[in-house]
Amino acid sequence: MKLLQLSPADLRHQLAGTGVWLRTGPFSLRVRSRIPHVAEGLADLYGQFEVRNSRQAFADFHVELNPPPLRRWFRPQVNFSFDGTLPFKPLPLDQAYPMLEWGLNWCVSMHAHHYLVIHAAVVEKNGLAAILPAPPGSGKSTLTAGLVLSGWRLLSDELTLIDRKTGLLHALPRPVSLKNQSIDVIRQFSPEAFINRVSHDTAKGSVAHMRPPRDSVLRQHEPARPGWVIFPKWEAGADTMLTPRSKAQTFMFLAQNAFNYSHLGADGFRVGAALIDQTHCYDFRYSELNEAVAAFDRLAEHRIS
Amino acid sequence: MKSVSRDLLTRTLRSPDAVARFSMGEWDILVRQARRAGLLARLRHLLAQHNLIEAIPAEARWHFDAAATLAAKQQLAVRWEVEKIRDALKGLAIPVILLKGGAYVMADLSAATGRLFNDIDILVPREQLGPVEAALMLAGWHPTLLSVYDQRYYRRWMHEIPPLQHVMRATVIDVHHAILPDTARYHPDSAKLRSRVVAVAGMPGVHVLAAEDRILHSATHLFHDGELPHGLRDLTDLDLLLREAAVDPDFWLRLTARADELQLSRSLFYALRYLRHFLGTPVPDSAWAALDAAAPNRVTLALMDRIFTRVLAPDHASCADAFTPLARLAAFVRAHWLRMPAHLLIPHLIHKAFISPYQRSPKPA
Repeated sequence: MKLLQLSPADLRHQLAGTGVWLRTGPFSLRVRSRIPHVAEGLADLYGQFEVRNSRQAFADFHVELNPPPLRRWFRPQVNFSFDGTLPFKPLPLDQAYPMLEWGLNWCVSMHAHHYLVIHAAVVEKNGLAAILPAPPGSGKSTLTAGLVLSGWRLLSDELTLIDRKTGLLHALPRPVSLKNQSIDVIRQFSPEAFINRVSHDTAKGSVAHMRPPRDSVLRQHEPARPGWVIFPKWEAGADTMLTPRSKAQTFMFLAQNAFNYSHLGADGFRVGAALIDQTHCYDFRYSELNEAVAAFDRLAEHRIS
Repeated sequence: MKSVSRDLLTRTLRSPDAVARFSMGEWDILVRQARRAGLLARLRHLLAQHNLIEAIPAEARWHFDAAATLAAKQQLAVRWEVEKIRDALKGLAIPVILLKGGAYVMADLSAATGRLFNDIDILVPREQLGPVEAALMLAGWHPTLLSVYDQRYYRRWMHEIPPLQHVMRATVIDVHHAILPDTARYHPDSAKLRSRVVAVAGMPGVHVLAAEDRILHSATHLFHDGELPHGLRDLTDLDLLLREAAVDPDFWLRLTARADELQLSRSLFYALRYLRHFLGTPVPDSAWAALDAAAPNRVTLALMDRIFTRVLAPDHASCADAFTPLARLAAFVRAHWLRMPAHLLIPHLIHKAFISPYQRSPKPA
């Protein structure tokens, strides 16, 4: 059963009660919350994801978003609870939905050591995936959103999951996080993009999430072969330009931006090195999203021929 | 269902074979209780010993594997850190004595299997505390940011200095000069502990406590520490330490005699009592008889049972009942009561309750 088949009242009722069991990529979640924005966010963005009766199923992560006991009315706040522990300080209640997304990223990056987990977006076309690592503010999420609205498959906008046994990339096509100006850029880029309500004044500015494309969710159990590691950088007025980049430097950057590289010991090195060996590494500068997408499309065509 | 699964983890630790018949709902609870208790990796090891890895359903398997990956990496890191600590303290010509987890790893004890770490504990002579702290600071370990009150509390009353954290690797060392605070009811003599240390093979200058002493230290820690986030993990440490040491026929006699000598018989009595309750650890009648004089009266014991059967269970919602919060509070107050006389304790608890929560100082690591 898909989440969109639950009526809004059922969804709210289940979230407030025993919780909603939800599958996202390789992970299952049980989410509980009495907060209307959380129910609304899930209904808006997770419609295509599988839900089950939470009473009997096994869940990887049990999470809860609810106000702390004394802060329901006075400057109301929200806590993210991971199975009864609170890894973060509470946030203003208005940020409940983005807090769910951040909390789920934390769950994966702190626990999923059967993958090498890198802080990077991943998109795929024609069977090959492009890994987009980049510091915040480089336009990584905007580019990811633009690509997946133009026929690329979304694997993740934040977490690259590299299978330690096969070296393949596993998909976790949760909603794409958009910040500040990117929200309007994406609205203008595609009228088909569905973006949920904006939470203002978060630690990252204004934040909203874009619904993942239906096709990406339906194919979430299909892994992809790594093809490229591309470091995007948005620069006002810049020409679209793809320049090759040193593999050694790229490896070092990925290792530093992995959540669990050091936890994996020698295996982290082996998995990272195998990834770099089979990918082409580039720096990518752009200012126009349309041109950027066209450049990526050319790259994907070129690799098949 | 809730009441049935309250002791699911401890039942599984006692009889692992039961997992072959677990429902997915039981696996869900088991993974959650084990994660909270810090026992996922150790449980995986136990299941592997019983050839039960294949019995773990595919959905749940990665949780165990990921925890085992983390535990393996931490053991490697502990060995590395111990070497660095030894190098830092080389010039002082004092023996570095490892306590608890660090000792289990370096002495290759079964209590090291699947163990997760928060910090490395070392014991040094009190008169060397200053030079030790200075040498560790030179090597990159700096005091964690504590409030002025906490700093003073540690240095004046505690048996350890404030935790030191390495500036690059973020590893934490607790430097102790005794195993209980100066203000505590009982004062096991640290010199007696140091006199029987065992050298770590292949690492000159590094020592661990004698087998009986490390068991007594771990037991004492359990019953003098206010907060027990890893109570059950520490019990499983003790279970493994005892089973390994008991291979020697004289062991139990030596253990109870040593407990008496160090004034730690009461702690040992409690530890064995709750080991039997949670993990079914075998304890010979002769040991119970030797500890008889150290047992509390029946009223105290009944109260302690009500507290510790709750407090030592995993701190997870599925293990709690209506009295669990009260039991945790009681254990907290009791531990402080044993650690400090009333004229120190009452102002301390008032400070912790009403002043510390409103200070903007970072929490200790």
